[in-house]
Amino acid sequence: MDIPLRDPNIVMKLSRLGSFHQSRLSFLRSFLKEFKDWNYKRDLFELNENGYGTAVFSFTKKNRVYSLICFANELDENERSDRVIATKWDTAFTLFDGVPTRIDIERLKNEVPKQEIGRLSYKELTLSRANKSVRVFNHVVESLSNGVQPDKELLAKVGYLYRTTAVYGSGKFGLADRFRIKNREEIYGPFRLEMMLVYLVRQFTFNQVNHVANCRNPKKAVNLDPEICKSLGIGNSTGLGMAPFIVNHPTLLNNWIYAREVSLKKIREIKNATFTESNLFKDCLKKSIKNITSWNTESEYQIKKIKSLLRDLKQLILFLDNEFNFNQEYPFNKLYLHLEENYQEECIEYAVSMMMEPYENIVAPLIKEMSSEEDKYFNIPTERSVLELKTIIENKYSEILKIDFEKKENNLNFWFISKNKEEPRLANRFNENGSDLEQPLAIARDIKKLYKNLSVSKNNLSIAMFLSNNADLRHVVRRAFIVEKFPYSEIQDNTIGKEIVPINMLRLKLSFFGALKFDPRSDKWLRICMFQGAPLPEQLKNYDEHWVYN
Amino acid sequence: MKSLSEIDTVSKRSSRAAGYSWGIAEEVGKNIRLLEIFSLPGIKNLNSFLNSKKNIKLENLNLITKDNSSNDFQYCPVIAGVNFLDQIKTLENLNEINFKNIAYPILFLPFVSRASEVVGKRILLKLDEKEFLMNFNNCIYSNFFKKEIIKTAESVSIKILENEDSFTENEWTELYKLSEETFVEESESLKNSGAGAGLTDND
Repeated sequence: MDIPLRDPNIVMKLSRLGSFHQSRLSFLRSFLKEFKDWNYKRDLFELNENGYGTAVFSFTKKNRVYSLICFANELDENERSDRVIATKWDTAFTLFDGVPTRIDIERLKNEVPKQEIGRLSYKELTLSRANKSVRVFNHVVESLSNGVQPDKELLAKVGYLYRTTAVYGSGKFGLADRFRIKNREEIYGPFRLEMMLVYLVRQFTFNQVNHVANCRNPKKAVNLDPEICKSLGIGNSTGLGMAPFIVNHPTLLNNWIYAREVSLKKIREIKNATFTESNLFKDCLKKSIKNITSWNTESEYQIKKIKSLLRDLKQLILFLDNEFNFNQEYPFNKLYLHLEENYQEECIEYAVSMMMEPYENIVAPLIKEMSSEEDKYFNIPTERSVLELKTIIENKYSEILKIDFEKKENNLNFWFISKNKEEPRLANRFNENGSDLEQPLAIARDIKKLYKNLSVSKNNLSIAMFLSNNADLRHVVRRAFIVEKFPYSEIQDNTIGKEIVPINMLRLKLSFFGALKFDPRSDKWLRICMFQGAPLPEQLKNYDEHWVYN
Repeated sequence: MKSLSEIDTVSKRSSRAAGYSWGIAEEVGKNIRLLEIFSLPGIKNLNSFLNSKKNIKLENLNLITKDNSSNDFQYCPVIAGVNFLDQIKTLENLNEINFKNIAYPILFLPFVSRASEVVGKRILLKLDEKEFLMNFNNCIYSNFFKKEIIKTAESVSIKILENEDSFTENEWTELYKLSEETFVEESESLKNSGAGAGLTDND
């Protein structure tokens, strides 16, 4: 049976993309799998009694070494801020390509804590910073130094000792350009080095908290129980910076979604599921309820979504236990069709993620296809005709063409880059200044304008000639030819309308990262937790791949 | 040292700020990145060009022909370049194309390099006395090594080179003969057991 890939007009709607959840495809899970047989080592640990100083942790395999260099500094309570405009942090990190010399460390000590205003070199791969959850960190130090383990309930509620506020890579601030490292097999798969940084930062936080507790009371102090360590991740505050990324990297976005869609298609095409496979699916689904019930947020929007998800999942589990027969042919296809008919988007996409759990053989080969060589598709095929481009738009942007951008509500917002820290922002074009400096992220509006201009041009006119009179539409002409080849490269929605929920764009990306428990703090930023429940470095050689649900 | 990613982004944004559309600014970003990869003074020339752009009058060359002559104003290197790249499939047949008076011609160069890749042919670009051989956008061979700003080129010529060998047939034959010394003479028995041996192809 040949199941078609899902329609991009459904999948690429923002509400659907904002309902995605982590899966086997997620980058932090594929990172752990790739690096499970690498040697982990703490190479340097020079912290004072308060936990300030320098540390280095590394992953090594054959001649390749990646080293996380950590700088922990004293920070005045008034200076601690997760906002992107902050200039000081409790800790700053860089992932170094190879083994850093003392000279490298001294150089980086002056640059890494400055973050965006520091200068990195081609030897450094990623850059980040993190702030303590002071309440949790102090509680853990206090407990350990008194010889007792901390309050698990408090830890579970927060989920981490530190949260990062940005992770940079790919040439930012002088970091190595991707072309220098892209041929390394271990980093096929997006954001792998960013994931490594976050994973090693997590390890630093455990080492630091143990060290401070031990310095405070060497006779009585105990180390944080490894099982508690495992239950903690790294928090992350994420703002709008991520949203333009998915618009600005269309082929990369396509490859992520395409991998997910091909996985689903192949799973739906399985004629007979074994008992082990169906059981694993159900088992993960049931265990995952724990993640949802421990999902804390004060956001009305998210609370509503969680409630709906929980209600749907409970209903789904009942249905699977009492009514659904996995022994019938094409069981996952039948289940998927049932989901589409009876459940909300959040639950449908949750179940899609779960369906991948038993099928390592289907998912694993797709992970290596999730990177992209964007430059290959940069040139516009200008020898093609207006008619061809019009047809592409009619076929690939049919929903977009229905939007009336003359209506204020559909053209309400604009994306811009703030002078302060060069971060993307969204504002009301009728209330705020600056819409003349709008970023090219209103793709739907510009595609519609392109279609209008094409419609009054001769069908046989070449795109080269069309562009010579329509230079302002060049960016969307390029995109239309990309979407012709890559069906999931475009968000099929209005990114500047009144109804835009930017959090949906963030959630899409964060789900591919592998984040759990999205906690929106407004409609424009959220907190997440990464690697919560993940194996510790010394457990990597033999770990349960379904750790997310344990 | 600035990364190529930074060079691309800043070039794109500054070009947009100087009045080009986003789509064209994207092209400039990629081009300056290319120039810097090839050790040509991209940032230097772009910076000088964008800063002086308000004060110089430029002509936009939209339709490129065999001879393009601007008598009143200099051609804008970006608009001329974009259109050269866009129209390369039709220009390919002209073999030689001439321009008079292009401002900041180094900024025109990467469009020609990319065109070389699009048509799969080498292109020889002459900016007055400076020569650049574009090799399918993989590398540029040139007699220009200075990291300087070139504000104008009075005479610009482009030759689209046919895909021809750079050596004589004799040189090839001689080298081929030498390569044959890695082959082994086949015996009769080996010939009889080769692929397809012993069968009739008419069965």
